[in-house]
This record gives sequence, C-alpha cells and structure tokens, in this order.
Amino acid sequence: MRIVVCVKLVPDATASRSFEPDHTVDRVSVDGLLSELDEYAVEEALRIRDAASEDGEVVAVTMGPQAAADAVRKSLQMGADSGVHVLDEAIAGSDAPATSLVLAATLRKLGADTGPVDLVVCGMASTDGTMGVVPAMLAERLGLPQLTYANQVTVDDSNGAYRVQVRRDSDLATETVEAAAPVVVSVTDQINEPRYPSFKGIMAAKKKPVQTWSLSDVGVDPAEVGLSAAWTAVVSAEARPPRSAGTVVTDEGDGGTRLAEYLVEKKFV
Amino acid sequence: MTGTREVLVLVDHADGSVRRTTGELLTIAARLGEPSAVFLGPGIDAAREQLRAYGAAKVYVCDSADVTDYLVVPQVEVLEHLVQRTSPAAVLLPSNPEGKEIAARLAVRTGSGLITDAVDVRAATDADADAGPVTTQSVFAGGFSVQARVTSGTPVITVKPNSATPDETAGPGVEEPVEMTVSDDAKAARVTGREARTSSGRPELTEASIVVSGGRGTGGDFGPVEDLADALGAAVGASRAAVDSGWYPHSYQVGQTGKTVSPQLYVACGISGAIQHRAGMQTSKAIVAVNKDAEAPIFELVDFGVVGDLTTVLPQVSEAIKARKG
Repeated sequence: MRIVVCVKLVPDATASRSFEPDHTVDRVSVDGLLSELDEYAVEEALRIRDAASEDGEVVAVTMGPQAAADAVRKSLQMGADSGVHVLDEAIAGSDAPATSLVLAATLRKLGADTGPVDLVVCGMASTDGTMGVVPAMLAERLGLPQLTYANQVTVDDSNGAYRVQVRRDSDLATETVEAAAPVVVSVTDQINEPRYPSFKGIMAAKKKPVQTWSLSDVGVDPAEVGLSAAWTAVVSAEARPPRSAGTVVTDEGDGGTRLAEYLVEKKFV
Repeated sequence: MTGTREVLVLVDHADGSVRRTTGELLTIAARLGEPSAVFLGPGIDAAREQLRAYGAAKVYVCDSADVTDYLVVPQVEVLEHLVQRTSPAAVLLPSNPEGKEIAARLAVRTGSGLITDAVDVRAATDADADAGPVTTQSVFAGGFSVQARVTSGTPVITVKPNSATPDETAGPGVEEPVEMTVSDDAKAARVTGREARTSSGRPELTEASIVVSGGRGTGGDFGPVEDLADALGAAVGASRAAVDSGWYPHSYQVGQTGKTVSPQLYVACGISGAIQHRAGMQTSKAIVAVNKDAEAPIFELVDFGVVGDLTTVLPQVSEAIKARKG
C-alpha cells in the first residue's frame, strides 16, 4: 500500500506564540516542531504499512519555508520511507484553500512520478491554525472520499482492492464509515500512541530520500497561493488582556462553603 | 448590505430534534440579512415549529436519506445548489467537525473564503458596502482575538456554540422543498453504522451554560464532579489526562483535541490547566478552580479558586447549594 502522510511544522504551543505585522503566524521567534497531532497520523500510516500483506511505502509530505523540512525529518526518523518538501517563497501566508491546492498538486505529481497513492493520512488539525479543514479540502480537490476524525482505521485488502473503514465519534453518536481507496483519512489523538524515534531510526533517516519541489515542479501558479491570494483577510489580531487576577483561597475546612458563597453572589445558584 | 439578501443557515439536528446552536446561528443570520434555514435529512415535521420560533424566514428542505447515509458530501451538494440559486450574503454552519468539513468542501467548490470557529459575526459597518461580515475568532488558546472577513466568493463561516443569545422573535418559516438527486460521486463514503450515545441526562457539553470538569486530581473518581454538576444543573467535562486514563469517555474531553466550551461558568476540578486544556475553555465567562497544587497554572485564569482537596471541597459546595435550593 502506498501511503502519503501530510505533516506540518508549527510553533511550539507551550511558547509565547504571536503574529507578524502582516497578521501571519510568527514562525521565526518561536521554535518549530512537528505538529503533535501529525505524530498520530505518521504513527497510523506506519502501522497500516506494516500490517499490510504486501510491501508498502510511507511518503511524508510537507510545504513551507526551509525549516518545514524538520517535520519531514521527524517523520522519517519515526519510520517513514521518503519525503517531499514543497519549498517556494510564494507559499508564505497561504490560507487553507491554497494549502489544499498545493498538497493536491503534490499528490498528483507523486502519483504520476512513482505510481498511484492508495491512502492519504492527515492529523485532525494543526496545533497552530486549528481549523481542521485541510483534509476535507484536499479530498474535495482530488475528488476523493474523506474518512475523517478516525479513532480507529481498518484496511481490508482481501479482494484485491483496498477498502478503508474508520470509527469516529461525532457529537451525538459513534459512527463507522467506509470507502474504497484511494481515500483521505484524518486521525485523532485517540487512535494510537506515537512512537519516539529510536537511535537507529534517527541514523537511518539521514539516508532516506527527500525531494524538494518548487511550485512550478508541482504545476501550481504562484499567483494562486500565498497571502495575497488568500480568500480571507485578517482585519486585526490583538493579544487578549490577561484575565484579571481573581481570588484564590486556601481550604481550611471552609473552602467549599466560600466557593458556594461566590457562586451565590454571582447568581450561578 | 441591503439586509434583504438571504443568509443560509445549516440546521444542526438529529432526526428533527433541532439543537440550540441553530437558534444562535439564525439569530446571527438575521443581523446579516434574511435568515433561511437549510434542513437536510429526515425529520422536518419535528423541526418545523422550532425553526419558526428561532426566526427562520424560509426553510429549505431536502429530506433525502442520502444525507444521513453518506458522509458530508451530499450536504455539500445541496448547499452548493442553494448558494447558486440564492446568491446568499453568507452561509453559516455549526462549528463542529461535520459542520467544518461541509464548510471546507463548499468553500473550495464555490471559490469562497472560509472562516471557522467564529465567536461573533457582525455585518460590515465600514464604507465598503460590499465587504462581507466581520468575524471574531479566539486563537492561540485564547491568547489572541482576531477579526477577519472573507474576501472571495460567498462568505462561508462556522460559528461556535454560545456565540449569540437566540432571539425568540418568530419568523414565517416558509417551506421550500429542494428537489435534487444526490450524485453518485457524493456517495463514496458510506455510513455503515451509527450508535447514538446514551444520554447522561445532563445538558450537552458544548451548549451548557455551566460546565464542571474533572482532571487528574480526581484520581479516577468523578462522583464528586458529577454531584456538583447536578447541583448546578451543569454538564460534565474531562481533561485529556482523565480521558487518557480511561476515567471518562472521550466525547466529554474539553481542550484542543476535544470540545471547545464557552459557558457562563467553568469549574475546573483537579485540572492543572495545561495550554491544551486552556484552548478548550479559556473563553468561558467566569472560571473557578479547585486544585491541591497552589502553583497550578489554572489559578492564573480563575475568578475564584480554592487550593484544597477536591474530595472534601466539592461535596461541601454541593451540600451548600442543595441546602440553599431546599
């Protein structure tokens, strides 16, 4: 099975994240790392590859500035076989529709160059943008079904063709959904426990092939992506004032009573 | 903005039982134009009166079972059809996973900008009369407030629960059936099983006006958390640590990878307040915490906090509330 996993380098969420003057995310002053939620996607792609009856391959794909290659490198260290990094200055500031446009073109090129892709695996959302819409947009652009927010993925290859089934929790129900490959899957943090790269994995990753492609390599017009081509515009981005310090009391036997008094005073009771 | 253009609202319902967020979306739609509800799937008979009560001027109905039998894309097709037919001022959808994904595909299909997780939407007030509505989002775990607008196509906006108070002014709710056949392409992802979760009898987490959540500090016993929730008429939530430990189901998780809540009151019990948790509750109006650790970051957020053992503090609160209520 040929699997592509889409990965993103994001600013460390535990650092003080901020915006550039043009309202794009500041990706320079905060250290980047592979989005935590993408680790589950990489892990699931590796498990599906390794469980299949035939040999398979996992290709990690990313887009973004030079540093974004770190997201691919981490994926290779975990066990992905090869990587693709779409690197082009024009990509900076791309919104979700433009991101899905570039990823779709990249997947088409991968399919044309080295054979059809059976499965695309994404995290449920990035930890910086947090929209969670790129998997659906990517499926839309590729004309593929989406099986998203999976807590469990099962691939059945018994009849010479892959059928993919997922279990997911919607707001009010637990659903099982299935489709014939190729298909775009997104996975939640409930699906697995991502592995840490082993020393062997880290050493092996250095020898794994990573291709760097420009927008023209994948056939996307630079005018269609980037901040100036975005279909939305940020009017303002302001740091929220920190919440004003409240009252903190130490329980000396009456902590619950005092909390109840607060709730009554504020008319919650 | 002329105020006469339609604004499409995708109704969030289960077999015709309309969720409160739909009332909030119709109320927001009325600020931007004429609110039109889009009701997809079986159940309109159960929903009709509620949609009128929430102020829908029109109700588009497509009762095809394909909408519930296949994931997302049939709903995208109907909405795409309605966008072409009505040239709406905006399309509003609930900010849950399904709503966001319908919005995602619809945006790409119609060449429209998409804004997700809006906590407020206002009509444009600036000189540029054609400029779309201005949205407010809370980003970076509530650390920033961002205002944005769609600049291409039809604004497609998903709106979080508790972003407006439903207006109780009834609308005519004139029904218009949408006669269309869902294409085979839209039937690629088939729903083969659906188990409705058994109701806890408590308010729904994302819609509740009070949420009481438990974390690692409960040690696995959610009894005191549930008791306090019931005394307050609140929903119960859980931190990721509690969910990962198997103490409470994932569907109750509050945080970056769970539900985002924005209640009038959030009570965090035995929750340290990691950034991932804060992302799910920081826009709550009032925040209260009980935690043994005085250094827990949750205390930076609170309006009122108690440093103490939740197994003694919470029952005391519950008893005091019950005594007061008589």
